Amino acid sequence: MKNLFNMSRFKIVFTVCVLLSLYSFVNAQAPAVTTVGITPPAPVTELTAVDTDNDHGHSITVKWTPSADDGAGANNVLGYRVMRSNSFEGPFNDTVGVVPLGSTNFENSSSIEEGAEGFIPDNTDFYYRVDALTGDSLVFSSSEVTGPVHSYGQWFNKGLIPVFFAVIIFTALTVLFVSAARKGKELYVRPLAGIEAVDDAIGRATEMGRPILYVFGLGVASDIATIASFTILSRVAKRVAEYQTNLIVPCYDPIIMTVAQDIVKTAYMDAGRPNDYKEDAVFFITQAQFAYVGAVNGIMIRELPATNIYMGKFYAESLMLAETGVVSGSIQIAGTDEIAQIPFFVVACDYTLIGEELFAASAYLGREPLLLGSLKAQDYAKAAVLVLALLGILAVNFSGDLGLTWLVNFKDWFKVID
Amino acid sequence: MNWFERFMKLDRRWIYLFLITVCLLAYYSDFTVPTIREKETGAIYNFIDSLPAGEVIFVAIDYDPSSQAELHPMTYAIIEHAFRKNLKVVFTALSQNGPGMADQAIHDIADSMRVEQTYNGVSYPAREIANGVDYCFLGYKPYYALVITAMGQDFRTPFPADYYGTPLDSLPLMKKLHNYDDISIVVEVSSGNISDAWISYGQGKFGFPLAMGLTGVMTAQYYPFLQSGQVMGIMGGLLGAAQYEDMADNPGLAKDGMRVQLPAHLVIILFILIGNIGHFASRKNRKNVQS
Amino acid sequence: MRRQLPFFFVFLFGTFMVVQNFVPHEYSERAKEFLSDWTIIIGIFALALGIWSLIHVSLDKINKRKPNWEYSFVTLVGLVAMIFFGFTANVSGSWLTYFAALMVLLISLWLLVQGILGAGAGVTKAKEKFFAGIGLAAIFTFIALYDKSWAFHFYTSEGLENPLFKHFFSDIMVPLQATMFALLAFFISSASYRAFRARNLLATLLLIAALIVMLRFTPGPWGDLISKTSTWVMNVPNLAAQRAIVIGIGLGMVATALKVILGIERGYMGKG
Repeated sequence: MKNLFNMSRFKIVFTVCVLLSLYSFVNAQAPAVTTVGITPPAPVTELTAVDTDNDHGHSITVKWTPSADDGAGANNVLGYRVMRSNSFEGPFNDTVGVVPLGSTNFENSSSIEEGAEGFIPDNTDFYYRVDALTGDSLVFSSSEVTGPVHSYGQWFNKGLIPVFFAVIIFTALTVLFVSAARKGKELYVRPLAGIEAVDDAIGRATEMGRPILYVFGLGVASDIATIASFTILSRVAKRVAEYQTNLIVPCYDPIIMTVAQDIVKTAYMDAGRPNDYKEDAVFFITQAQFAYVGAVNGIMIRELPATNIYMGKFYAESLMLAETGVVSGSIQIAGTDEIAQIPFFVVACDYTLIGEELFAASAYLGREPLLLGSLKAQDYAKAAVLVLALLGILAVNFSGDLGLTWLVNFKDWFKVID
Repeated sequence: MNWFERFMKLDRRWIYLFLITVCLLAYYSDFTVPTIREKETGAIYNFIDSLPAGEVIFVAIDYDPSSQAELHPMTYAIIEHAFRKNLKVVFTALSQNGPGMADQAIHDIADSMRVEQTYNGVSYPAREIANGVDYCFLGYKPYYALVITAMGQDFRTPFPADYYGTPLDSLPLMKKLHNYDDISIVVEVSSGNISDAWISYGQGKFGFPLAMGLTGVMTAQYYPFLQSGQVMGIMGGLLGAAQYEDMADNPGLAKDGMRVQLPAHLVIILFILIGNIGHFASRKNRKNVQS
Repeated sequence: MRRQLPFFFVFLFGTFMVVQNFVPHEYSERAKEFLSDWTIIIGIFALALGIWSLIHVSLDKINKRKPNWEYSFVTLVGLVAMIFFGFTANVSGSWLTYFAALMVLLISLWLLVQGILGAGAGVTKAKEKFFAGIGLAAIFTFIALYDKSWAFHFYTSEGLENPLFKHFFSDIMVPLQATMFALLAFFISSASYRAFRARNLLATLLLIAALIVMLRFTPGPWGDLISKTSTWVMNVPNLAAQRAIVIGIGLGMVATALKVILGIERGYMGKG
């Protein structure tokens, strides 16, 4: 009987030991690995994993509070290893990233292409664990597992809210002023000497019997400066057609050439002189910057145009063009949004449109209500930027002195997080 | 007509002759222009100098041969500095006429690494620079804005193969590199508005450290980006390149170029002063005549 | 309809791209990539148009013997030669048949184009020129197929290693471009002499600032002071002015883009 009882106790003890072992095995927290003489560091705490915000999906952000031994003491943590698994129990064989000490987050992201390396499929649950690493690769501490978390793409980037509101407000202002202009409201636009001189310059060319040279510069058709230049060319071409003056338009870009040909042809048709249009008036030269400049300078020296009009994007060649124009005795009107070239045009040309004056030229030339309305909207937007800049200066420099903490909060709202 | 007015009507060819004479004399003279180190260039030098061996930098050689006189010195200075520090370099050339010139420059610099050199008291042994191991030249693709954006996803999207036609996946260096996240810094050397695209589509979207090497005339335009932190450093023209060479203790093309640039600037200043003196003298003369 | 359809497309795609900027979702990214690919394709077609325009203008100058027509000849020869060099590589080291093939190609293209343009204009012997061109093109094809001393490489980069291509680039194009850029120094000197006058207060301030910045690397006891002043000028008033102009330009660009999308700005369509 005694032996039997002893046997039963042995069985009980044995069973308890087995159960304890099983419990340890089932518990997903891997034991801290030790080697003789090195104590594992404290693990990271407050581990969370969330879908990365404001992205196209396929990205999960893992955050944690660093280990208490982060870069300190005998149990120095030198970095963190982020592990991933498809199940809570593991196995955690997938190392998705290693970050240095002091780090508190890691973005596990991938390309949207399914075959790409490390691709993270959307709407698939993952579990994460972070190991605090030491100088010995065998000595580390694992955190608790967090999850499930899955990635998905967002339909609106909340970090761009200030930009979104700016676009809405600007569009609303444009619509408002365009409507006002349509209803016949007078909108004042200050005179632009460069644009007012265009008609006189064309008249001068006609009297002298010399051609007009129109240069788009080195932009491409999608540049805003080039689009503004198209509008100016259409006005110039219409006048040229009416006065029967020659027009020369050497182009740097083939697309600009095709658009410019259409513009000039339409201008001649509108002026009732379709037969006077010469297709070779608008031609492509080359897409090499200085080869183009050499060609245009050659045209200036040979053809001796009475008027040179430079409207668009210009780079280093701006002064070369303008100075050659001075040598050939032309009257020169220039407009560009390239800030670095504006001083050269100011120095060498008779009239210069600086920056946004080029964009305003289209509204100024036609005096169409629609265009003037958008110009007004631009002015009000500029005023708004000015007010915001002043508020920003106050917020950064004087909010403490003036007790304007609300201003600091207002300023922080404008942070754009892409 | 007094001699001031005669001088004001001087044929421009005399000015050109005077300028070229001064430049030639300066070129064949032997003197060094001392360099004052500026914070903007120092930021780039210090960043690259602090990178440990094996880190990867991205150098965009985005200029045409027309700007090589001003921008080649800084390209050479940076790449030599990087190779000496055992950094890996990925190159592109997003300017249409630039790839051939960039390829030539890379080979020149790689050849110069075969000689042991000492810079700032540190001796750098000679070494072989191997394509695909120490550097990768991605080459040129049109529409730079699209290329810059696409590289943010994966370099292989716009460049499945390098400039020489080798698939990127077969290059040891590129096996570990996928996009800007794997790069320590992007150094963009350009003479046009590709710089704007790097700021808007590159640094703005992907947040990597961006340094710029620009022609002198463009430098002033990018100070707002420096102040806002979008650009971490600027090398402006030949002066910026000379400053970098000075910091790296590696005098080269820029130091030689400054020897010519300084007298040329002084000549232009002289003409400006003469022009203004003549202008005021003639104005005074006209007033005297009228009264 | 012909005029409304382009405006409709501009509005549709313009609005889509504005909205796309705020939508980070994968579908939006894929749509943007698709449209970006189309931009590149359209650009390549436009390049072909541009090359045709260049050829057309050059041929017109040559045929009508306009002043300096010889340079148009050089332009066309250079265009064809560089394309040929870039797509071919010498294999055996023998260059005789390589250059012979190039000459045959140039003459055949010349005759073909003259024949086509001449036939359209009713020029005599245009048909003979055209057929002579066809004959020479056949000879060129025969040489290209059977001559083993050189080969075409359309899909790989051997052409870029062609020594002729490299020499033409590095020994002609590079020095030419660098020379043109170097001419700027002379243009600046003549422009500054002619136009940099202290006519009024603003011009005087501009002049002084320019002098300080230009002198900032001059050696001498004043070098440090000028350098510090120059740094202040670049970092304070210059930065402020640049920022103001950039903001203005930025708003102008947004306004112009909005006008294009909404169909208010129609200059690019050929109608002012």
